[in-house]
Amino acid sequence: MANQAQFADLAMPHMSSLYTAALRMTRNPSDAEDLVQETYLKAYRAFGTFQEGTNLKAWLYKILTNTFINSYRSKKRRPEQTELDDVEDLYLYRRMGGLEAVAAGRSAEEEVMEHFTESDVKNAVESLPETFRMAVLLADVEGFSYKDIAEIMDIPIGTVMSRLHRGRKALQKALFDFGMQRGLVAPVPESQS
Amino acid sequence: MNEQDDHQTGAGGGKPFWTDKSGCREAIDTLYHYLDGELTLERRQEIVLHLHECAPCLDAFDFEAELKAVISRKCRDQVPEALRQRVYRALIEASGELPGPEYHWE
Repeated sequence: MANQAQFADLAMPHMSSLYTAALRMTRNPSDAEDLVQETYLKAYRAFGTFQEGTNLKAWLYKILTNTFINSYRSKKRRPEQTELDDVEDLYLYRRMGGLEAVAAGRSAEEEVMEHFTESDVKNAVESLPETFRMAVLLADVEGFSYKDIAEIMDIPIGTVMSRLHRGRKALQKALFDFGMQRGLVAPVPESQS
Repeated sequence: MNEQDDHQTGAGGGKPFWTDKSGCREAIDTLYHYLDGELTLERRQEIVLHLHECAPCLDAFDFEAELKAVISRKCRDQVPEALRQRVYRALIEASGELPGPEYHWE
């Protein structure tokens, strides 16, 4: 049993990562603020049931995710896209990386770093369908384990892995497309296969 | 497969280097599980051994590791101070009591 008096001390330091996730999920600062506040209130009221010694950040994310699904997703006018186009593995690397770049005296890492701005990354994440977006946020932005993600999203670990696999490929394609729109990466000839 | 083919990343329709080599195929298939820290120690060791002797795979792993880091770093937002204060206020209202003096807010 956790002591409610400790709640603010323990939970408030997680606000910036919760706010980031809320912004990516709602895509709207005012909804994101409401979602964060609602998450903290629900967490505070439920804090007595939080098992001390378990992952508080994951617990807060679970409340945020549930609140988002129940209160914010339903506001949407158009139905959520649940499928993704099939994108090849290592989509970005096959276009931007490779030993050619290294031979030219630049590392693949420098190439990536230089090309993508914060708004490219945020827009690319926000372009993903919700279920994939959440999985990618939890894994790549917050670094949660598959087990924690499964618990937060209330899905089996196998589903976590497939959503991550497909979501990441779609994210790479979106990043590439944003980069191309700004003329930062050269278009690639149409696939022959 | 000749030396040159080994170094093609395969964008734009060419076959990627890992297509025909089972060691490479396996490494690329487990790339994200490796980066996510989700492999057993034994599997991890096998991948590390492969990366020691395969420059194209090592390069691909480096690229994806950096991309993951870039996504994490460039996807952050600052919490508006007003939100922080709003949440403190809401928590105080919910508790019916003032928090300790360490919370300085208007």
